[in-house]
Amino acid sequence: MTDNMNFQGTLRDIAYARSGDKGSNANIGVIAYTEDGYTFLKEFLTKERVHEFFNGLEIKGVKRYELPNLWALNFILEGALDGGGSRSLRIDAQGKALGQAILEMKQEFLREYSPPSGRK
Amino acid sequence: MIRIGNAQAFWGDRNEAASELLLRQPNLNYLTLDYLSEVSMSIMAIQRTKDPHAGYAKDFIEVISSLTPFWHKGSKVKLVTNAGGLDPKNCAKACADVLQKASCHGLRIAVVTGDDVIDTLNKNPENPLYHNLENGTPIATVLNRLTTANAYVGAKPLTEALLNGADIVIAGRIADPSLTVAPCIAEFGWQWDDYDKLAQATLAGHLIECGTQVTGGISTNWPSMTDIAHIGYPIVEVHQNGDFIITKPANTGGKVSIETVKEQILYEIGDPNAYLSPDVTMSLLSVSLKNAGNDRILTTGAKGKAPPTTYKVSATYQDGYKSEGSLVIFGPEAKAKAKLCGDIILQKMAQAGFAPERSLIEAIGAGSVVPGIQTNTGSETIECVLRICIADSKQEVLDYFSKQMAPLVTCGPQGTTGYTTGRPRIRPIFGFWPCLIDCTMVTPHIEYIDI
Repeated sequence: MTDNMNFQGTLRDIAYARSGDKGSNANIGVIAYTEDGYTFLKEFLTKERVHEFFNGLEIKGVKRYELPNLWALNFILEGALDGGGSRSLRIDAQGKALGQAILEMKQEFLREYSPPSGRK
Repeated sequence: MIRIGNAQAFWGDRNEAASELLLRQPNLNYLTLDYLSEVSMSIMAIQRTKDPHAGYAKDFIEVISSLTPFWHKGSKVKLVTNAGGLDPKNCAKACADVLQKASCHGLRIAVVTGDDVIDTLNKNPENPLYHNLENGTPIATVLNRLTTANAYVGAKPLTEALLNGADIVIAGRIADPSLTVAPCIAEFGWQWDDYDKLAQATLAGHLIECGTQVTGGISTNWPSMTDIAHIGYPIVEVHQNGDFIITKPANTGGKVSIETVKEQILYEIGDPNAYLSPDVTMSLLSVSLKNAGNDRILTTGAKGKAPPTTYKVSATYQDGYKSEGSLVIFGPEAKAKAKLCGDIILQKMAQAGFAPERSLIEAIGAGSVVPGIQTNTGSETIECVLRICIADSKQEVLDYFSKQMAPLVTCGPQGTTGYTTGRPRIRPIFGFWPCLIDCTMVTPHIEYIDI
């Protein structure tokens, strides 16, 4: 079903994105350009893969929501912002870079990644 | 059909946007201006400690000045804004002064208060509704450091003000989309339980509340936009049945497309089936977008249910100070050198007895903005920005820190530059305390000033 997707590069080739903040959580919306792209994302862009990709941010958990009518997925990265806005020491305290970051995800990572055993 | 535009996404957006928008779209019925992000209330609290009459967005007064020529020429445009911040009454007085001096007679200002709930929280700190929504901590733990507490009030008081003839509605904390919902209800006479229509209006408000973010700003494909120096501000054309077209004035830069609209729909949302606002609980799962001409997107299908019986509260509390300093490092192994410089600063602070409670060293340009992700950028960078940020509850620790950056110019790695911006500033930290309050505990109050 999704194997005939000729997707060789990064997520940027099949989707666009936008991130924002909600307190100490960040949200990232990922939107496919085409319906085929959404089918691929629905299968492969799991919350485990997103959690692993952003491991450097010490996230507490990831929630994932589907918006099939918009070919979009919404991810909530819990605790991604080190206290958020005023409290965080990070340069990107409000997660403005996360949309561009997720689009760097390589297609091999999406097809081949499996979460380590024991990770919920 | 009514036209509602937005000319302020946040406090810091362009003061000229309002007059520019009105010049290009003279038939605009309503203009919303959004000044209050999560961080703004903290800034206003700081301002208020220096000057008790300074707890509102002063830039709004400049915007009012810039619009007086339009009202003189007979424009009927109405403003709905949260520029009142922590002090809507003084904001309104300052507005009234400007309008009076400009002889803009016949205008009515409405001042909406009641969102300030800090006294209510203080009276009953054991109430579980006031626990921190993110971690369940009771508010008693920060009560003596609480600086602000404001409920996200909805469209009802704004609508009442408009129906009572207000031309300028100045409120404190309001749920951002409610700035757009209120004009819709005032014009179309929808009932408060016409939830699908309220959901559509809430979606319209969500789309325009961030100004240029829906007209090409921060779009994934931003470089492909036309005339990006002059991105137009957004307008929604809302119909009686709730359907709306989102667009921007002709001959402005940027773009309104299905892509730009989808990106803004996804901005800062949680569960798309249950977007909570004080006016309605909205579902985005049957929203449909259609091209309706150049830079015109027809938006339909948002669905609604009853809103929650609690308001979300945004409270802030004093939580020490923070400061950040930066230097540019040029040369091989720039990233490693930057890290060493950061370590040197922290060592010196510890040796002087001023080890900070929290600290972070970043090498900007060498993978620190989003740590740990693999990108396509080439090999090891030859330049980066050392950024070091510290936080502590004692100001003296930050005072000591502020003097530690400059010495690296003579004792740090060769190729250290970018040091001319002066000593790092020390800023108070206002911790964010999200909680809830029962709707029955919040009573909005409206006063009027006639010019």
